[in-house]
Amino acid sequence: MNGPTLEHYLVFSALLFCIGLYGMLTRRNLIAMLMSVELVLNAAALNFVAFHHFLFPGDSGGAVFPIFIIAVAAAEAAVALAIFIALFRHQQHLDVQQSDSLKG
Amino acid sequence: MTGHWFIDHLWLVPLFPFLGFLLVGLVIRPLGDRPSSTVAILAMVASAVVGWGAAFQYFTHHAGETLVPWQYEWLRFSPTLVGNMGVLVDDISMLLVLVVTTISLLIHVYSQGYMRGDPGYPRFFSFLNLFTFSMLGLVLACSVLQMFIFWELVGVSSFLLIGFYWAKPSAVSACKKAFIVTRFADLGFLLGLLMLSYYAKGLDFTFLTSPETVAKLARTTLPFLGVSALPLSAILIFCGAAGKSAMFPLHIWLPDAMEGPTPVSALIHAATMVVAGVYLVARMFPMFAASEPAILTVMSIGAFTALFAAVIAVTQFDIKRVLAYSTLSQLGYMMLALGVATLDKPLGFTASMFHLTTHACFKALLFLGAGSVIHAVHTNDMREMGGLRRKLPITHATFLIACLAIAGVPPFSGFFSKDEILAAAVENGHYFVFALALGVAGLTAFYMFRLYFMTFWSEPQDHEKYHHAHESPWSMTSVLIVLAVPTALLGLVPFGHYVHRGELEHHGINWLIAGPAILVGLAGIAVAFMLYFRPNGLPDRIAFAFSGIYRVIRDKFYIDELYLFVTHHVIFRYVSAPFNWFDRHCVDGLMDLTAQSALLSGRSLRRTVTGHLQTYLLWAWLGSAVLALVVWQMQAALGWALTFVGLGIIAGIFAWQWVLQLLNRSEPLKRIEKD
Amino acid sequence: MGLLTTIILIPLLAVFVIVLLPDRQKQAIKWVALAATGIDLGLSIYLLVDYLHLISGLPGSGTSTALSLQYVERHVWLGRLGIEYFLGVDGISVLMIFLTAVVIFCGVCASWKHEYRTKEFFAFLLLLVTGVFGVFAAHDLFLFFLFYEVAVLPMYVLIGLWGTGPKEYSAMKLTLMLMGGSALIVVGILVLYFQAGVGSFSMSAIAQAKIPASTQAWLFPIMFFGFGTLGGLWPFHTWSPDGHASAPTAVSMLHAGVLMKLGGYGCLKTIYLMPEGALMWGTFFMVLTTVNIFYGALVAIQKTDLKYITAYSSVSHCGLVLFGLGTLNATAMQGAVVQMFAHGLMTALFFALIGMIYGRTHTRYITEMGGLFKVMPFLGVAYMVGGFAGLGLPGLAGFIAEVQVFIGAFALNSIGHRLLTILVAASVVTTAVYILRFLTRMFYGPLQNPEHAKLTDATFVERVPLTILVFLLAFAGMFPGWMIRLIEYSLAPVMANLEQARRAMLP
Repeated sequence: MNGPTLEHYLVFSALLFCIGLYGMLTRRNLIAMLMSVELVLNAAALNFVAFHHFLFPGDSGGAVFPIFIIAVAAAEAAVALAIFIALFRHQQHLDVQQSDSLKG
Repeated sequence: MTGHWFIDHLWLVPLFPFLGFLLVGLVIRPLGDRPSSTVAILAMVASAVVGWGAAFQYFTHHAGETLVPWQYEWLRFSPTLVGNMGVLVDDISMLLVLVVTTISLLIHVYSQGYMRGDPGYPRFFSFLNLFTFSMLGLVLACSVLQMFIFWELVGVSSFLLIGFYWAKPSAVSACKKAFIVTRFADLGFLLGLLMLSYYAKGLDFTFLTSPETVAKLARTTLPFLGVSALPLSAILIFCGAAGKSAMFPLHIWLPDAMEGPTPVSALIHAATMVVAGVYLVARMFPMFAASEPAILTVMSIGAFTALFAAVIAVTQFDIKRVLAYSTLSQLGYMMLALGVATLDKPLGFTASMFHLTTHACFKALLFLGAGSVIHAVHTNDMREMGGLRRKLPITHATFLIACLAIAGVPPFSGFFSKDEILAAAVENGHYFVFALALGVAGLTAFYMFRLYFMTFWSEPQDHEKYHHAHESPWSMTSVLIVLAVPTALLGLVPFGHYVHRGELEHHGINWLIAGPAILVGLAGIAVAFMLYFRPNGLPDRIAFAFSGIYRVIRDKFYIDELYLFVTHHVIFRYVSAPFNWFDRHCVDGLMDLTAQSALLSGRSLRRTVTGHLQTYLLWAWLGSAVLALVVWQMQAALGWALTFVGLGIIAGIFAWQWVLQLLNRSEPLKRIEKD
Repeated sequence: MGLLTTIILIPLLAVFVIVLLPDRQKQAIKWVALAATGIDLGLSIYLLVDYLHLISGLPGSGTSTALSLQYVERHVWLGRLGIEYFLGVDGISVLMIFLTAVVIFCGVCASWKHEYRTKEFFAFLLLLVTGVFGVFAAHDLFLFFLFYEVAVLPMYVLIGLWGTGPKEYSAMKLTLMLMGGSALIVVGILVLYFQAGVGSFSMSAIAQAKIPASTQAWLFPIMFFGFGTLGGLWPFHTWSPDGHASAPTAVSMLHAGVLMKLGGYGCLKTIYLMPEGALMWGTFFMVLTTVNIFYGALVAIQKTDLKYITAYSSVSHCGLVLFGLGTLNATAMQGAVVQMFAHGLMTALFFALIGMIYGRTHTRYITEMGGLFKVMPFLGVAYMVGGFAGLGLPGLAGFIAEVQVFIGAFALNSIGHRLLTILVAASVVTTAVYILRFLTRMFYGPLQNPEHAKLTDATFVERVPLTILVFLLAFAGMFPGWMIRLIEYSLAPVMANLEQARRAMLP
């Protein structure tokens, strides 16, 4: 039987990516934006795995990178959440639309 | 080196007064009045001794030669063009050394009495020394450059001395005027010097006046105007001479210069500095004589000034101003004499130098006498004087001698020199000039005796002033007496024997020329006698009858007003002020505009920086999308196109914001007030 | 360590010492500054005398023996790029180093009463002067530019912090305009470096490498405008009036007296490096500088603020420097260098005097002064001497410069050039007008303000710089021979380059 091909994976990851991108650009809550970023990262990781599986099964690089991505995403989430907590304590909300102190 | 000590050490002549200036000005001034004047006078004595010694040695051993006993390279312009400083010895420089050292020494002595008690006494003597230094440097100059240098220095010492009473506003404007007018004339001199430096390729007088150089200059045609270099450079140099000698139309500074102390008027503005112009033309005589237009310019300007100034002198009431206009007129005489001389018949040259010498004596005497009068009555206005002969006997006697000399009454000195000028005019066929000079002689006699009668005869007009008048101290009257001697007798010296160009045949007195001159002079005296000997209403009635002309003459033909209008209104208001405006608003405005456009663009672009995280993200994504597109297509053209579209969008935003800003004027750019 | 490095390092050393001193020790700070500048003055006099001694053995005038650089110090610095620590002087640099030493010494004397943030003030002042010495001593273009920036940048702080009036505006304007000039210069230097292709920034190496004429044709005006901005070239002079008016006394002295000379010096080097470009553009710059000279004098007539008057007279006088250079005639260029020296002395004198008079009367407007001779005769006499030097009175240094420039420029035998020369010569009259105007306005006449009757004349510390400057003006004016000797040998290589280019350009 025909399993899902490379194209399926790519389309799926592209969808994932676009959802993440859309979330990043539209969500006003920082936590929601962080979640969107995670989606984008996962889309990239999925691409790596798919390419590894279908095109370069012998090359270990494709398998190692997702692990890196997961590790980095975890570290990122830790740092970001810490910042968010500090930010929340400082201004009582996490709305990006209202945080514009860098306005020119 | 000539082996004659005085001639070889002529450089000491200007050096002594210079040392005197430095010493008095820097060291001795705080010590008090007496030491200052003593040092200044000693410097002058030393200078006069060397000067007289050199002149004696020159006229006995080297008469007629031109020597340069000492010179050094002062400023090298290029390997071929060198500005030398040195000492040039010939008949006229020796003559001027005699005149300058002598008169200057006498006036130093006179000033001891005249300036006594003045708070600026030491300063006065240091300035007098400075002036004498500059004048002697000018007289002995061996190159045009040196002449120009000392020319400017006499100008500045004249400025300092006219402005000696610096707290007096009239003196301030007078000294400014004198300096700027002569400076303007010196521009001509400078341009002449530049022409000579280029076309003659040398600046030394011995080189410039040599026949070869003159011929070379005459052959050189200028790239523009089509004339040869000779007349143009000569006329330009004459501009400088005319400024310093106050020839029309640059004469306006001299009458105002009478604001200075009277000894200064005598020394600088009568006897020495103002003849520098005549001296310069005489110094470059071969150049002038070789060029018809130049020599004619000298003659006509001299003749016109002689008449013009004499006419004005008739209507003036300030004793020093009358003398000033008389000086103008006599300087015109000297110029005229030079103008009628030619290389073949150079009698005018001798006559001019002769008149320069006698004029220096009698005009110095007149000014010093006037100073003595002013010292006694404390006014310059002749209408407040009168009858002073009883109060000031010595002044009166010496003044009379000087008046007779200037009026050309034989056997006083002025008669001989004036006669020689008239003879020179006739000799070279300038009959019109001769007639004009004769007329001026009559006018001269008239206005001088008008002055004399109004001051010393007539009746005392202001009894208070008359009552307090007294004869001046010995230091002043002795100088008057000493000066009266050459004033009376100098005419008897066989002048042409010593100072001449070319071969001068013996020239006796031609009574056909001298006769009318004497008659005209006597007639002038007689008219003055009738009008002014006793107080009567006649002069006023005449003035009333011709009131229109009289007023024009009295107001000096409104030339001062014309100058004032041109300088103050035209140049100051319509040239200089617009330049100032242009600089602040256009040139500087352009710079500010550059700065402000940077500011404005920054201000517009800041709208793109919203502070919102997601805006940045959007830009970043759009940018990477564009990049991805370019890389994907690998087409440079597309890349450029997209870049331009992007830049266009940014520029559009920028422009839109700018328009908005212009429309709203919400936040006008703060412009800092400037000068 | 060579003499030149010593001269450059001493002020820098003093900067460190001053920074380490506590802020309260104002007197000590001033003494350190005075000592450093005094030592530098001594060293520069030694340099001058030694150099004069060196050339006294050379054959007389006219021989265009190019005198090679003296006191050379050469060390590889950034070897791969060919950047060296390359110092060396010719006669012109020696004269300029001497001028700098004199002016900074007098400047330190004139700011003896400085009280506000004294430490930082003197530190920046000495830093600036380090840069100036460096520019005049450097022979490597990279080093030259480095020092040039060191000389220009502290100005922003000095004016912005210690200035008067709209000081931020002036400081900003001055710095931005000069930076604009620097941008042009750095472009020029890089183009020269790459076009010469000798892998060296050394000026003589680049000059020998012969930049193609087509490059020179566009590069020359760029560099000339770059340096000209600092030299007060019209129409990029407008930083000067505002900057000088706002700057404190010593800074004005140094800036007008020495820094503007960097511009002229740089222009001279530009001509040396690009003779063909100079031949193509010389007349163009003569026209611009004629505008400078005439226009500066005319605007100065209108001004009533002393500092503005002096600034515009600087525009006019520095115009004469650039005019002389633009003629490309040996005599006029000689005059231009003399004018740099003379103008340096006289503007330093002017600004020192303005500072002293302002410190007493608290006004800089000549309309509010009058009759000051009565209360401050010494300052008055010094001002008179400065003024006379400004209007080119013989016997003072300005005349030597003017007459040389005029004579040199007049030797260009074409109607256009003649007209320019005549116009420039006519400026001596306008100059006399404005100088006499402010001199008589300030010092002559009755005492205008009764308050001024209580004022005092110069103190001893103030007399020192004034006396030095007046003496030098008179000395250089009466005995110009030594300057001419210094300059003519150093101009010889420039003239040789120009001559070669002239021949190359002939069909």
